[in-house]
Amino acid sequence: MSNPLVDMQKPDVIFCIGTNMTECHPVAATGLKKAIARGAKLIVADPRRIGLAEMSHLYLPLRVGSDTALLLGMAHVIAREGLIDEDFIEKRTTGFDEFFEHISQWTPEWAETITGVPAKDIETAAMWYGRANKGAIYYTLGITEHICGVENVQSLCNIALMTGNIGREGTGINPMRGQNNIQGAGDSGALPNNYPGFQSVTDPKYQAKFKTEYDREIDLEKGITKVTALELCGETIHAMLIDGENTLLSDPDREHCEHALRSLDHLVVVDLFLTETAELADVVLPATAWGETDGVCTNTERRIQRVRAAVPPPGVAKPDWWIICQIAQRLGFKGFDFNEPKPIFNELCRISPIYAGLDWDRIEEGGYQWPVPYKGHPGTPMLHEEEFVNGRGIFSNVHYRDPAETISDAFPVWLTTGRRLASYHTRTQTGRAEGIDYLLPEESLEVNPDDLERWELTDGEWCKMSSARGSINIKVKATNRSPRGTVFASFSFADVPVNLLTGSGYDPVTHTAELKVCPVRLEPL
Amino acid sequence: MTHKMKIDGVEVTFSEGETILEVAERHEKDIPTLCYDPRLEPFGGCRLCIVELEGARNPVASCTTKATPGMVVRTATDTIEAYRKTLLEMVVSENREVDVSPLRGYASGELANLRDKYAINGTHITGAKSGTRKTDENPFILRDYELCISCYRCVRVCAEQEGDHAINVMNRGFHTQITTEFDGLLKDSACTFCGQCIQTCPTGALADKKALRAADEVTNAMPDKTRTICPYCGVGCSVDVLTKDDKIVGIHPAMDGPANQGALCVKGQFAYDFVQHPDRLKTPLIRGTDGELHETTWEEALDRAAEGFQKVHTEQGRHSIYGIASGRAPSEAAYLMQKFIRVGFGTNYIDNCSRA
Repeated sequence: MSNPLVDMQKPDVIFCIGTNMTECHPVAATGLKKAIARGAKLIVADPRRIGLAEMSHLYLPLRVGSDTALLLGMAHVIAREGLIDEDFIEKRTTGFDEFFEHISQWTPEWAETITGVPAKDIETAAMWYGRANKGAIYYTLGITEHICGVENVQSLCNIALMTGNIGREGTGINPMRGQNNIQGAGDSGALPNNYPGFQSVTDPKYQAKFKTEYDREIDLEKGITKVTALELCGETIHAMLIDGENTLLSDPDREHCEHALRSLDHLVVVDLFLTETAELADVVLPATAWGETDGVCTNTERRIQRVRAAVPPPGVAKPDWWIICQIAQRLGFKGFDFNEPKPIFNELCRISPIYAGLDWDRIEEGGYQWPVPYKGHPGTPMLHEEEFVNGRGIFSNVHYRDPAETISDAFPVWLTTGRRLASYHTRTQTGRAEGIDYLLPEESLEVNPDDLERWELTDGEWCKMSSARGSINIKVKATNRSPRGTVFASFSFADVPVNLLTGSGYDPVTHTAELKVCPVRLEPL
Repeated sequence: MTHKMKIDGVEVTFSEGETILEVAERHEKDIPTLCYDPRLEPFGGCRLCIVELEGARNPVASCTTKATPGMVVRTATDTIEAYRKTLLEMVVSENREVDVSPLRGYASGELANLRDKYAINGTHITGAKSGTRKTDENPFILRDYELCISCYRCVRVCAEQEGDHAINVMNRGFHTQITTEFDGLLKDSACTFCGQCIQTCPTGALADKKALRAADEVTNAMPDKTRTICPYCGVGCSVDVLTKDDKIVGIHPAMDGPANQGALCVKGQFAYDFVQHPDRLKTPLIRGTDGELHETTWEEALDRAAEGFQKVHTEQGRHSIYGIASGRAPSEAAYLMQKFIRVGFGTNYIDNCSRA
């Protein structure tokens, strides 16, 4: 997030796109509700009539995968109506003239033909956001889990840069991170393109730094992403170490994924449970869980916070860091002689400029948001205040692209996937929490009531849902949350493995899967 | 802009907009309250926070009265304390019980604490009791209205903090009853089971059923608390894990949590017991020649893990090994995962689970 969570109560206009915040980040959503109670306007763009849409002042029910078109149409209106922040564009950005020329062709009427959202509503959204003193954008995986995830994010940056809605209180471009330490995993360098602290592996300066730090030659080119690695399993990838991920259920195209993991010569999985993924491993190592482990996590607003052990682990389970050190020591790797987490975190701080001002003792109260470039620095709740990391904000002349697969006679229905309030990811945790089943006992397919007859379905009965990759059986639930022609299911339940169907395509830059769009066919059982 | 006023004979400063209660609390005056939650709009219902204000004919509720320049306030005169004691006796007399398990909720001991402070043993006041228990089979929230004092903190926290407006009030006067829309079950209301009502209730009328099931309610000893961060989404809410004898028995939201200021959702509040679930892996497993996974020792499992990487490294080269770090484990794990790959094999063949 460019702005801190407390800022969520401060905007005049809030634009939520591709985020089901009341279910996936409920506590963050309370900030939005307070802003609305204070008089802020809420614009929600989402294919489904989710809880946020019910709260909104303007709801834009766009067709799945058409976000870029919607945002181009909004940019067109902002420019046409003269709602641009000329001073900001002049001082802080580059490429506006070309962008201005580019968007002149993408009218809201054109955007209506792609998105299905009435042109007048696109205009209203653009005017509200463009006229806001403080306009803030919030998004989640509904923006990024597309083949055009990068263009979607660039399109959001475009409208924020045009209107100067960044670098100030109550504004910004704010992606909500989905896992307790997904930000920290990236910060720590578990990425094929960055060393710890987002230091690029292709920058000679950092290459030299890490050659010295780790006392060995490291590839000068980027590594491959997990998506590519799974594709190469059995061909060039022959061993994997997976820490705490149920890859088989969470990733798209389950059959491909299972085949990939089975074709490895050596698979080591570190986890809390014998997950579907761990069942395929040669070695399964039991890790300590949340509540049993001392360590550090970083949240969605870049806040670095301590997690603490409260109870002993079951059996002989050990912390992840201990397990990795033990394997490394057996292989003769240097720099793994740790006996506690503190010096590991301090090493991360020492070599990461964004953590340079921190150490284990300083983060006791959770008072810092990175970057914290030196000891004594107060942290950085808001990014981009004076300047952007790369100097000027760049306008991107993006084009709309169709999803990897579009509906056809064979697969005439759009399936979009996501999460629900009472379950979390593949339910390895919430599925084992007593009482949760009372709220959400099983998965169901949300279908618009008007579509039941067309596809010969019955509310509460089972149907067969097929995509180009496979079929699953799922119970039908008639609800107006789904628009006509689009259905929704979560991937949480192992007995309804929705990710057997997904996996039509990937963003070419980030390799993020297009989990939000998958044409399917529905048949009664 | 700061102004001056007098509290108990001492001149103090305050800022525009502060209430008498806020100013007094800043100066460490111990004014009793029951309907007050600093996160909520002041309500002025319980009247326990009354203070003497010079120039005013009657005592005023300090939670709803804004401080003004030159005010002279006395917080604990004999008269005021006598009023408070009588008010408390009336409240205590209405409830089935006052001593409740601290596991009922974060604030559930407030009434008992005040009763002890004002040395109320029994009462000369007799009369009708509070509302009736509501049967609601949900596994999380006990609706024990025999302990309700109509402070409306649950109604207000649900509306003001959570924005859900699931809790309402029906009837008036002595027959006031906290309820939901159409007096139904919480499941059929707008309730999201975030548990905020449980945690603000000062008497335990709304209580954490799951915590009460997890621990023996007979022992009223406070459980141990450990401050940590919720294990679920990326918001990073601060929580206190409640434990008794190495068992996690519940979760309290941290009112001073920088990301949540006391708020939680159903997952953070109630979905903690996966940690001590019998399905947890308790020993390492290795695949045997029979193709099945078998329990083994750390020594053997770690040797086998290392040998496998060694063999693939030797036979297939350093670009044949890949690491996937967790977005759920702490940063020390992710840091060492990338170090394992970079130091061990000299590649950048490392990723985390953020792409799907």
